[in-house]
Amino acid sequence: MSGAASHPKAGAQPMRVANGNAVDTSRTLHFTFDGRRLSGHPGDTLASALLAHGIHLAGRSFKYHRPRGILSAGPEEPNALVELRDGARREPNTRATVAELFDGLVARSQNRWPSLAFDALGMNGLLSSVLGAGFYYKTFMWPASFWEKVYEPAIRRAAGLGRAADEADPDHYEKATTFCDVLVVGSGPAGLAAALAAGRAGARVILCEEDSLPGGRLRAEHMTLDGAPAADWVAKACQALAAMPEVTVMTRACVFGTYDGGTYGVLERVADHKPVPAEGEARQRLWRIVARRCVVATGAIERPVVFPNNDRPGVMLAGAVRTYVNRFGVAPGRRAVVYTCNDDGLRTARDLARVGVKVAAIVDSRPEGTGAGAQVARDCGAPFFAGASLADVYGSKGVKSVLVRDHAGQAHNIACDLVAMSGGWSPNIALTTHQGARPDYREDICAFVPSALPPGMVVVGAAAGVFDTAEALGQGAQAGQAAAALCGFETALPDLPRAEPASYGIQALFHALKGVAAAKKGKAFVDFQNDVTARDIGLAAHEGFVSVEHLKRYTTLGMATDQGKTSNVNALALLAEVSERSIAQTGTTLIRPPTQPVAIGALAGAHRGPHFKPERLPPTHQWAMAQGAVFTANGLWQRAQWYPRAGEQTWQETVNREVRTVREAVGFCDVTTLGKIDIQGPDAAEFLERVYVNAWKKLPVGRARYGLMLREDGFAYDDGTTARLGENHYVMTTTTANAGGVMAHLEFCHQWLWPEMDVQFISVTDEWAQIAVAGPKSRDVLRQIVDPEYDLSNEAFGYMAARSVTVCGGQEARLFRLSFSGELAYELAVPARYGAALAERLMQMGAPYGIAPYGTEALGVLRIEKGHPAGPELNGQTTAHDLGMGRMLSTRKDFIGRVMAQRPALTDPARPTLVGLQPLCATDTLAAGAHLLPQGALATAAADQGWISSAAWSPTVGSWIALGFLANGATRLGEVVAVHNPLAGTVVNARVVSPVFVDPEGERLHG
Amino acid sequence: MRLTCPFCGSRGLEEFTYRGDALVRRPAADTSLQTDAQAWTDYVYLRDNPAGLHSELWYHGVGCRSWLVVTRDTRTHRVDDVRAASAVAAERSGGAA
Ligand SMILES: [Zn+2]
Repeated sequence: MSGAASHPKAGAQPMRVANGNAVDTSRTLHFTFDGRRLSGHPGDTLASALLAHGIHLAGRSFKYHRPRGILSAGPEEPNALVELRDGARREPNTRATVAELFDGLVARSQNRWPSLAFDALGMNGLLSSVLGAGFYYKTFMWPASFWEKVYEPAIRRAAGLGRAADEADPDHYEKATTFCDVLVVGSGPAGLAAALAAGRAGARVILCEEDSLPGGRLRAEHMTLDGAPAADWVAKACQALAAMPEVTVMTRACVFGTYDGGTYGVLERVADHKPVPAEGEARQRLWRIVARRCVVATGAIERPVVFPNNDRPGVMLAGAVRTYVNRFGVAPGRRAVVYTCNDDGLRTARDLARVGVKVAAIVDSRPEGTGAGAQVARDCGAPFFAGASLADVYGSKGVKSVLVRDHAGQAHNIACDLVAMSGGWSPNIALTTHQGARPDYREDICAFVPSALPPGMVVVGAAAGVFDTAEALGQGAQAGQAAAALCGFETALPDLPRAEPASYGIQALFHALKGVAAAKKGKAFVDFQNDVTARDIGLAAHEGFVSVEHLKRYTTLGMATDQGKTSNVNALALLAEVSERSIAQTGTTLIRPPTQPVAIGALAGAHRGPHFKPERLPPTHQWAMAQGAVFTANGLWQRAQWYPRAGEQTWQETVNREVRTVREAVGFCDVTTLGKIDIQGPDAAEFLERVYVNAWKKLPVGRARYGLMLREDGFAYDDGTTARLGENHYVMTTTTANAGGVMAHLEFCHQWLWPEMDVQFISVTDEWAQIAVAGPKSRDVLRQIVDPEYDLSNEAFGYMAARSVTVCGGQEARLFRLSFSGELAYELAVPARYGAALAERLMQMGAPYGIAPYGTEALGVLRIEKGHPAGPELNGQTTAHDLGMGRMLSTRKDFIGRVMAQRPALTDPARPTLVGLQPLCATDTLAAGAHLLPQGALATAAADQGWISSAAWSPTVGSWIALGFLANGATRLGEVVAVHNPLAGTVVNARVVSPVFVDPEGERLHG
Repeated sequence: MRLTCPFCGSRGLEEFTYRGDALVRRPAADTSLQTDAQAWTDYVYLRDNPAGLHSELWYHGVGCRSWLVVTRDTRTHRVDDVRAASAVAAERSGGAA
């Protein structure tokens, strides 16, 4: 290995001191950070490339705006959050430690103003007494109105969270589901061994690695497997996995959540490492993986040590320092102090010395004679302090020196530009706790380990507290083998490589303070991202927040985007100390998914903009488009709202013309969206008796009948006509909105209430194109369409007739004489594929009769004029009595809702019942939602007597008209009430009239 | 969460809709408000909500359209049993009144 001075790249990237096992130094990538042009190599992260230039200062902290550097080398990073990219792709709060470098990358630091080096708000440090524990609750208490106007904008400006892009995200996101026998999470030694073992057994295996490269710590450590660099074995293992047809290795794929039934949420960062995704490529893909077994090999996260000014740029996790040296060939400093409580941290000194970094001191918290510190110090030529601690760090924008307090209490000031600290490793157990299992604390390794596990899950390697590589390999292989065997795939264990033994020898070290609450001078940070100090924890405990759940919320500890990955255990330890309990007694908070931030875009997938929900198109949709129709959404359906003609100035003009066409000539409207349920079986009639309020047994074949359904609580549910097409064959129509619900309701009644009934249902909504043909000329038009052997005269095919016919020379069809408008009208159903052809034929054959298509708006006006209740009237709060249909309720049979509909309150005459309303002044507007009050009454809830449910301008009446519900409505015809519309600020006088405005005797209907 | 439909096999939650307590029983056809108000009120409005094993109705609406009786632990979402509601109902009417 070459030292810093001799490396050829020293000029451009002075700290690129060695060949990292994941970096291709033969190619150079250019990027900018805060406008500064810098370079790196393929395989770098933004963090490693910054460190290669000696740049530690990456951002300012959230609350105090303290200069912050790069703490870690992975997704646990709390400090180095940056804005990536520009314009529409600008993304805030991105961790520099996982952002892969690409040519042209633009990165910006956050939380600083005006510049990273000089921050005007850094004086927040002076306000720290205000911003301490519970400051949210204490400082901004009063008055409440100040929150929106004063406090929040000020806090937002000060506590920057990065800027989201101002433009819509130009990339697309995907969602996918897949299944496997064994899901392996993590590709360190334990995960690779598990995947190899399960894979060779023939099980379908998915190995998910959130990093861009497999290997985990095998890439980060200077270690050998079978005598060769560990990264070589990683490559071999990956080759072996690639040769197994049932094994899939997914990199850049973070398993972020454990869900019920062996379901796992995975975020695959498909193109985050590219300037822009390739043509047609998703930026990210959200996977749902359903796995029979899961082997969690997610490794461990190193803990910082809490000591004064431990957040200075240049204070790093020891394991991260090794990652930068070994994986990226970057030395994060020239003079390093290693501060540790375990032998693993000591490896850092050796790795740094190997690449030419001066080890200025090794500070080991363990007493003299414990651990391998003395030997390592000798090998590195470094001063060694046993039983010592770090008392302070100097240098505001980068470490300049540290204060070491030796075992005798003597202070030593040691110049350095890097502090590598290790408080030991916390198993990364998030996935094991997502379903509520609380982890156990193990004193021997000073860490929480999984306790109860979700069904099908097993945890191996460092995630299970097994930090030795050989042991992790063995445990992983056994777990993989066992998981495969439980899925029915048996085989022998794979050959595993020989690993060097490594000691750990941890002794608890969470802080280096004299007392948790006593840290007055110099902030000792516990949670870097949310700026929570040891003193905050002391203060919270002092104020009585000794439950860990309270502490968390009061101090906001662990509530930042990093979920406290590097801070939670230290915080517990500190809380345990101040509250004089053990860590086990203090307990821990649960971790919720996702383990890593997941963009809303990824959760939404393709479901955005016009694809937010699927669209259903009636069979005449394309035809209506060609006619220039204006469309409206009706649930998922797109329906023609009206058909404007040249010269029509307003939609009202168009709708008036469509209504008049139906009243005076003939119009047609696609009503396919109404639910159609085919009902067959010997018990079909009996079944209808039980789901509708009215009688069905005497309905003859060839006739249809209006039916009303109630819910079991006695309120109206749905209505429609049902026609009897054969002895045991009916076709039911439902409202558009309830088509799916009524289907489920019928199935429920049949399968759960009356399974003995011999009846079957199937939805035929999409099978038939159904077109309403309405108006005095409708029979004349249909005679041109329906084949001549079918007699359409009133005598042969009267109101409510229904039958199969043929049209257009033998084409099967169904004809119903139904009317929603009150005119002579029919509904003609043809197989859906002929819907558009039928519309065209109607236009052609109806032309001599003045036919025109009409949309949902005219449909609505026509039915309001006729007083037909629809969705606004059947709103779930109205009863048959309210709708004027109380007498339909049969007393001679049981039906859904029968008993509860008889409750006195539901038939109280004082209840608002259906009435018509007509303003005294024809041009006075009535609006749905307006309230009905006695004339002259104050607009109070106490005076409220009802409401308007549907309103329209009626070209037929020549006035606004409305349907509504009015208390004692049936007895108040002729009375004038006040229509109060608080939204429009109007009060209009309207007369209470019959809800049937047009042809109350039904002469047109039956003509 | 996943449910194993007796007709369709193991399927994702999004194929199903939840209805609720499968233990409530619709009073007989010959009951009335006058004589059986309490039974009707219980049927329409009262639902058990235990912390633990619960027998509940689900609808496989995006599958075979079967109503199902699912035995589920409400604390853990562990599903112990899934049966066709029609089979459970048939046994019930065969056994009791
Ligand atoms: Zn099913």
